[in-house]
Parts: sequence; structure tokens; C-alpha cells
Amino acid sequence: MVKFAKILALSAVAALFASPLFHSSKALASGSAEPLLEVSWSHRGPLGTFDRASLQRGLQVYREVCSGCHGLRFIAFRNLLEIGLKEAEAKVIAAEYTTMDGPNDEGEMYERPGKLSDYMPSPFDNEKAARASNNGAFPPDLSLMAKARIGGENYIYSLLLGYEEEAPEGVTLAEGMSYNRFFPGHQIAMGPPIDDEAVEYADGTVPTKEQIAKDVSAFLMWTAEPALEQRKRMGVKVILFLVVLTIVLYGVKRKVWADLH
Amino acid sequence: MADSTGEDVHDPSRRDFLYVAAAGLGVVGTAGFVWPLVDQMNPSQDVLALSSIEVDLSGIEVGQSITVSWRGKPVFIRHRTAEEIETAKGVVMTDLPDPESDEVRAENPEWLILVGVCTHLGCVPLGQAGEYNGWFCPCHGSHYDTSGRIRKGPAPTNLPVPAYVFLDDSNIKIG
Amino acid sequence: MSGHSSFQTNNPVLKWIEYRLPIFGFINDSLVVYPTPKNLNYWWNMGSLAGMMLVLQIITGVVLAMHYTPHADLAFASTEHIMRDVNYGWMLRYMHANGGSMFFIVVYIHIFRGMYYGSYKAPRELLWWLGIIIFILMMATAFMGYVLPWGQMSFWGATVITNLFSAIPIVGEAIVTWLWGGFAVDQPTLNRFYSLHYLLPFVIFAVVFIHLWALHVHKSNNPLGIDIKGPQDTIPFHPYYTVKDLYGMGIFGIIFAWLLFFAPNLLGEPDNYIPANPLVTPTHIVPEWYFLPFYAILRAIPDKLFGVIAMFASLFILFALPWLDTSKVRSARFRPVYKMLFWAFFINCFVLGYIGAKPPEGIFLVVGRLSTALYFLFFLVLPFIGWFERPKKLPESIATAVLESSGDDGGGGGGAPDGAAAKAEDRG
Repeated sequence: MVKFAKILALSAVAALFASPLFHSSKALASGSAEPLLEVSWSHRGPLGTFDRASLQRGLQVYREVCSGCHGLRFIAFRNLLEIGLKEAEAKVIAAEYTTMDGPNDEGEMYERPGKLSDYMPSPFDNEKAARASNNGAFPPDLSLMAKARIGGENYIYSLLLGYEEEAPEGVTLAEGMSYNRFFPGHQIAMGPPIDDEAVEYADGTVPTKEQIAKDVSAFLMWTAEPALEQRKRMGVKVILFLVVLTIVLYGVKRKVWADLH
Repeated sequence: MADSTGEDVHDPSRRDFLYVAAAGLGVVGTAGFVWPLVDQMNPSQDVLALSSIEVDLSGIEVGQSITVSWRGKPVFIRHRTAEEIETAKGVVMTDLPDPESDEVRAENPEWLILVGVCTHLGCVPLGQAGEYNGWFCPCHGSHYDTSGRIRKGPAPTNLPVPAYVFLDDSNIKIG
Repeated sequence: MSGHSSFQTNNPVLKWIEYRLPIFGFINDSLVVYPTPKNLNYWWNMGSLAGMMLVLQIITGVVLAMHYTPHADLAFASTEHIMRDVNYGWMLRYMHANGGSMFFIVVYIHIFRGMYYGSYKAPRELLWWLGIIIFILMMATAFMGYVLPWGQMSFWGATVITNLFSAIPIVGEAIVTWLWGGFAVDQPTLNRFYSLHYLLPFVIFAVVFIHLWALHVHKSNNPLGIDIKGPQDTIPFHPYYTVKDLYGMGIFGIIFAWLLFFAPNLLGEPDNYIPANPLVTPTHIVPEWYFLPFYAILRAIPDKLFGVIAMFASLFILFALPWLDTSKVRSARFRPVYKMLFWAFFINCFVLGYIGAKPPEGIFLVVGRLSTALYFLFFLVLPFIGWFERPKKLPESIATAVLESSGDDGGGGGGAPDGAAAKAEDRG
């Protein structure tokens, strides 16, 4: 009993000291003291799943608002079938983009419409072109953004809603910058990208700023981790199996050791 | 194991059940663990995405052929002439080392679609060459006819016809 | 080792093989009849768990290597290809990344167990040394492995740590250039780290074999720290400890599975999901958690060279432990003063780990320096403890202690109550 209490105390101490390491679970944006806005996400929790309707709306937001500056290079058009698009719909979307192919028999490179197996094209050919069009700032690719920032999808959601019209007292904004409550350093080169009714949703959902931010953040969580649902489903099965197996193994251990003494 | 003197203190069936259960779960667990290790070597999603291709036939004139790459191999697509079709249909089955009718190989007789890999040792045959006006493999001298069937030479079987469908009059999907 | 083995069989095939290559006898001697103290507690499960993790890392690593491309332009994308396109790729990647962390957790517990129970003392000094060598090889392997995804932390962690060697006087710069294969961490560095990351685990495997060979000479230590006096003190490894180890693996598996399936990025850094950019340094460069205590010691010393020396010293001083500790008593159970110092040392390691994740300024710097001093103080004070400490009375033997025990250790089944000798009679 004493032993068990000691182990418990030990683990508590260890966890206490280790907790700052687990900053990904903290809802604080790095470098800013303001706690992130939090909403409930359907994909959180051990049994979480994506809301496909929300993901499809988020795709629409990405294509209509974000894709002008931000790439999504790890998503292929065929992946869109996973969020509920029909093959025909995905093909249409793919064909709206052109991609370089070749060389043809004349030895020249040529443009052709996109296919399902192609990846989402980036809006700029390279980083320098991106910076030239954006006042020297580089709009990062968004495929992994939900895993590349502390706070994940909550951070993206907060950022999109965190713009202030004017910087607070004592803060001077540099040229071309906007004030954002959640961006580290508070000065962000991207102007506020969304507002109420920035998009008109195909499924008729009311496009408030919050709704748009939520949908695109959920979408970006999917682009960052498409295997999330499979992972959690498998996790439940594996842990249940291991619990049963461990109980049986404990029984075996007790049986084998019982004759000692 | 436990060396009890005389009587079996522990219920043998209960004890055996435990061991059997443990072993059984162990086997299931091991199999479940091993499967992903094996399956990861199967073609990945991006490879599978390229396992079928769509080809637009509209630019191919009568008497013209194109070669496309499918699953890493060349595929010959030939818009056959009336002569070639007639010759192909007229061949007697007994003349063929690997008997196969032209109807089976080219449902739409105008279009002949073949995997361009010689069935002997894998070289790519040359088109509209050889004694049968079909394909000729320069590596060891296999001759194929206007239906892509082996006629002369070391190759054992006809040039394979891949699975394909006509999506409409001028588009096919191979694979 | 030649001569009569404990392995007897009537099976002609087995006899034929055994005569030519006594593999069955070897397995029988080292894993079946192998005498093990009967009073080992669950802290002794760490060895088999560490072995299991080594094998698991090698298996998942080999499989990942079938899909990974070690080129600066392709590495990050190939890792995402694994996560998205390879069948079960996400699982194999997360298993390998979190497996590394689990491997270190097990090995740290294993090391602290050794320190608490005096497993490093004579005649097990070489066993201890081999263990430290394995630990160092593990750190090298993990460091290089973390570079492979070529994220921001991969790149900048590699840059910072390889730059350490420039602190060496005269030859430092040349060594760093040699390590890099260029003038900064770049393609040549990535390629060679990949090669070495694949190689070192097999070197670890070989050293583990020698580690187990050394272990089998004088057998395991035990929670009482007293020597095995005879067969009454031991039980055969199989079935007692095979079964206990399997149970331990079950518990361990549940923890590992939870981490892998429900918190796979908990121990990682978000910055490593950003492709490496040699022109932009992340605001906080943090190594993986298992390096944090050493990182804290490195940054505690204001001088570059002495910081590096202190960091390596904090590791190499472990080699001296068998001689620094002058006490004839092994187990901290019977050493009240050492026991207190041990726990202080243990907590101090967590403090150092915490500091390692913080920027080296203000209160963090002060505490970091204090903790570093305390870390070394522990080792410097040890000889005196051995001389002046009055240990508690040791039991006569393992067997008598087990018979008298009140279920203090988990070695027996269900905790033997007092008067266990009479009980054994009842059970017949």
C-alpha cells in the first residue's frame, strides 16, 4: 500500500514537471498571453469524427478565399472523395486547375487540365514569386497548418477571428501590417481574410464569420491529419484488446506465481 | 510448473483455460500486429491512383498509333486500317501458336490496344514491322500480326490486351 | 560453456542440431532454467521492455525506410507520403516516433532502478558501463533520427548540436565541417545521418548482447541488494519471469497504444511540421524531451566550451559511479541517507528537464544553474556518504527475507503474509 502510494506520488511529481513539455495541449498561442478562443470540435475526443458537411464547406472557403495566396500541396483531388465529394464532382474541381505536363513528342512542356491523381497546385511558382506578390511576406502552405502551430485548429479559428480594426494604445503598426490578438507579436502581414458572408454556402448554412472560421479550421484539421478517424477507431479496438489481454496475462502470472512460498 | 504433492490444488480446467486464452489472444494480437507490416508493402494510395488512365482517342487518325505509359509499361493504341482488320480476322486459328480470335482481342475492331511488352523476355516490339505487318521484336526476332498475336519467333503468347472500357466514342479508360 | 547442458531431449532432430550447434541448450540455460532472484519487483521488468522496444524500433524503422527518401528536397514530402498514402503509414510513423520516446522512458526508469538498488556496484561495474554505452548510442541514434523528417526542428536542432563541437579548441571548426560534409547542415548531412541512423541500432543490438552476457555471469541484482547464496534464493526464469515480463508488456502496451492512437503529437514539436528553412530560425529551439536535462546543463554554463564539457561530464560521470559510491551496501532500502539523496537527485533531474524547455533567462537561468550544481554535487558527495552512513541491518539471505516479508516487494504471488512457512504447508 505504501509502495503504491509512493509510486502514485512519484508519477504526480513527474507529470507536474513534465506538463510544460506538453505545450501542444495548452490553449495559449506561443508568445502571446491571450488564451485562444475555443469551440467544440466533432473530431476531438477518443471517438471523434469529422463533420463532412463542415469539411465540404471548409473546402469551399479554402478555394474561394484562401487559395489565392495559400497552397495545399499535400492534398490530391482524389483525397476530396474522403470528405464526401462524388468522383464526378472531384473531377470537375480537378479540371478547373491546369498543371504542367510533358515533354510531348515535340519535346515541349504543355499545360493540361487537372486529374484526380494530381495535387492541389500552389498559387505561386516558388517562394520568391509568393513574396513578390505579398509585400515580402510568404503565405505558407496550409496542408499541415493545424499541426504546425501550438493550439492547432483552435489557433487557426482564433486567428481568423482575432483581427482588431485598430491597434491598441501604444502599439504602432508597421506598414502594411494588421493587428491580430493571437498572432505571436500581434502584427500580421495577412489582412483579415474573412467576414460575415464572405462566401455563400452551397448547402445554405448561414455564413457568419464564426461559421466560416469554424468550417475552414475543421477542413484544415482534415488536411493535416486525414487518417484521424481511422486512427481513433483503431485505437479503441487496440486498447480494448490489450486490456483484455493484460487481464488474462495477469491471471496467468498470478497462477504461475501462486505456488511460490 | 507448480509441483504440488499429490492432489491438484488448482482447478486444472480453470488454469488451462487461462493459458489457452492467453495463447489465443497472443496469436490474434500477433497477427493483428503483423498485418500492417505486410500491407505497407502493397501499392500505396498514390500508386493506386495511377493504376488506371484515361486516354483521348480523338486525335488518332486511321493507320496511326500512339504509345501511352500505364503502370510503368508502354501501351500501344492503334487505329487500324480496314486492310489490317480484314487480315486479322482472316487468320486461321491453327496457324496461331497461341490461338485467339481477333474479335476477342479487339471488340471494337477499329481500335487495337496492346501492352507493348514482348512475352518472350520483355523488350518493347517495333510497330508496323516484321513479316506479318504487325509488330517485330528486335531482341530475339518475335513476329506479331495485325492483331498483336505471336506468329513466329520465341515468344510463347500473344501481346496482352489490358482491361479497358470505352467511356464514350473517343475516350477509353485502361485499368 | 561446453559440456553437459541442462537441455535433454529424445527428439532425434533436436538432438542432431544440438550436437552441432547447441542452440537449444543455450536458450535453455539463459532463458528457461536461468536462476533469477525470487524477490525481483516490477522495476526489473524494464530490461525486457527495453529489449522489446529496440526490436520494435528496428522493425518499424526498416519498414519506414522502404518509403522514406533521404534528400533535402524530398524528405519532408516523403514523410507526408508515408502519413497519407502508404497503407498504415501513419501508424508506422507514429509508432516509430512515439516508440523512441517510450524506449527512453523505459531506459531512464531502468537507469534509476540501477542507481537506487546499487546494481552498478561490484561485480556489475562492466554491466553498468555497457548500459551507459547503450544509452549514449541511443541518444546518437535518436538525435540523427529526428533530423530525417527535415522539419524546422530537425534542421535547427541538428545545427545547434553539431555546432557544439566547434567549441573544441583548434580542431573544432574542422570537425564540424567534417560532420556536416559542407559549410552548414544540408543534403550531405542528411544523407549520412540516414545511413548512421540505420546502422547504430544494430550496434546497440550487439552491445545489448554483451550487456546480457555480462548480466548472466553474476546474475541479476535484487531489491535487497544482497548476493544470491544458493538455489533457495532463486527461481527459474521460465515460467516465472517470462510470464511476469509478458504481463509487464501488456501494461506497457496499453500506455504506448494510448500515446500512439490518442496523443501521437503530445511529445513532439509543432515546428517540425514546418519544412526546414535555413534562413528562418524558430523562436525556441527545443530538443526532444529526453535530451532536455542535458540541454539545461549545457546552457547553464555561460562559457561555450565549458558548457559543452559540463554536458558531456554530466553523462560520463555515470561511468565513475561504481567507484564514487564507497558504500558496501547496495540497496537504498538499507541506506537511509543515500535514499534521501537519491530522491533529491531524481527530482532534480525533472527540474533540469523542465528548465531545458524554457528560454535560458531570468529565474529559469538561476534555477538551471542551481540544478546543474546540485546534479554534480550528488556525485561528489557520494564517497563521503559511503564512509559515514550507518546502513540498516541487512537480511540474512534472499530466501529468509522473502519468507519473512510482508508483501513489501511484488516478487511473490499475492503477497505472502507472516508465517508464510506454515502457509506453504497448508497448501500442500
